[in-house]
Amino acid sequence: MRLLPYGDRALLAEFPTQEGVLGALVAWRDAPPGVLELVPAARTVLVRIDPGALGLGHLKHWLRSTPRIDASLPVADSVTIPVRYDGQDLAAVAQAWQCSPDDVIERHRAREWVCVFVGFAPGFPYLVPVDGESSLPPVARRATSRTAVPAGAVALAAEYCGIYPRSSPGGWQLIGTTDAVLWDADRAGPALVTPGTRVRFSRAVP
Amino acid sequence: MTPAPAGRETSTRGRAVVRVLAADGRALVQDLGREGLAHLGVSGSGAFDRAAHRLANRLVGNAESAATLEIALGGVRLALPAGCWLSVTGAWGPVTLDGAPLEPHTSVRTDRAAELALGTATHGVRYTLALRGGILVPETLGSRSRDTLAALGPAPLTTGDVLPLGPEPEQPVPPADLVPVDPPTLGVVEVEVRPGPRLDWLSTGARELLLGAEWRVSTRSDRTGVRLEGPTLERARHEELASEGMLRGSIQISPDGAPTVLGPDHPVTGGYPVALVVTESSLDRFAQLRPGQPLRLRLVAGRP
Repeated sequence: MRLLPYGDRALLAEFPTQEGVLGALVAWRDAPPGVLELVPAARTVLVRIDPGALGLGHLKHWLRSTPRIDASLPVADSVTIPVRYDGQDLAAVAQAWQCSPDDVIERHRAREWVCVFVGFAPGFPYLVPVDGESSLPPVARRATSRTAVPAGAVALAAEYCGIYPRSSPGGWQLIGTTDAVLWDADRAGPALVTPGTRVRFSRAVP
Repeated sequence: MTPAPAGRETSTRGRAVVRVLAADGRALVQDLGREGLAHLGVSGSGAFDRAAHRLANRLVGNAESAATLEIALGGVRLALPAGCWLSVTGAWGPVTLDGAPLEPHTSVRTDRAAELALGTATHGVRYTLALRGGILVPETLGSRSRDTLAALGPAPLTTGDVLPLGPEPEQPVPPADLVPVDPPTLGVVEVEVRPGPRLDWLSTGARELLLGAEWRVSTRSDRTGVRLEGPTLERARHEELASEGMLRGSIQISPDGAPTVLGPDHPVTGGYPVALVVTESSLDRFAQLRPGQPLRLRLVAGRP
């Protein structure tokens, strides 16, 4: 773990792997008072403090001295998300992977995914295959972002699969669409998928 | 997802209300924002100029967390009920109550129903209007703040909206008549910064420019981020950065070499390197920077 400076209100803990991030999240659940928020991401956890309640020096000491456990994220729950594989970038992904569009669909559908963090927009999950060995070849973002990706778009970028909760600009490669409601601020659980949620994709009946 | 329209879902029967006569989408309901929801992809939002928000509330005897209106640039007219205490802080400009000029940073009570007009700001950008009792629109995820990027909370005000006010607070309106606060400056603004995690992603020359140059506030600035115009910053490292956590005040360097200072409605994570982070005490200044205004970033020493 490397601790990087982040102004006067936070530190950024950086890990070599996604597993390191998950382990830290579990280990740091009982943070001391003054720790306001842990923001997990791909290789980092941003730890935000109330500088009036906890000094950055104390935080540094606590982060370094708390033993991290070799943990995977506890399973929050599991959902199956029906997808119409009609994405405009299916052919581009197939070309990058040197396979057919049907193979892309099969590879995506056959895996069980887990949400490692939520970012970009409320309820936008970053999913990776549960079994690290079954990871898919990384996918480059589109050279030019779309100004409007439709709500429910299922997309790939880098090592992740993501789902756009609402229409927004975006540069990920679109492979399909779902009618599942990923985000509803008025729902008891506003985000359908949260860190730790297992996700399976099924082919939606047209 | 449909954000709760301001005021339209709450019964206003028997309550004091404010009617929007003209708004043009420039007035937002704001409080102190949402805390601890980053794991759902929701950032803090809340009043951009938090000091102005707190002061406006204090002046009318509200709790500091009461919802106020954040009015960008001006061009807003409101019909206030009789017996309503109000105060305007933040930006300075022509503000009138039934045509009579209203002093900034002062609590005033309407004797009868009156029209409040906020004209184009001459100093700063964002007025804060506090009304005694606070704006009582429904909460979304524990806050009445409009998050403009995530489209959460009450929609920007439009003509015809009706905003209910909360009940009379226990605390009286404080006797202090005038709070001596200067208007936001029009000159060079100096902002304190500390190192961010990716300062070393900039070349040595770019680091010197970032901290040495006089920057100008771009017109492409909003509550998501304030973009700075000036020399192009050259990166020393060109690989893609995996998404990482962002804060209000993170200064990220976009691929075109320009710094952007993230505002209250920033995305929770982002993939551009954060070179510097604005200190807590300098954050509010960004709410009042006018397009074209000059700005310098000063690296402060002290505890790491």
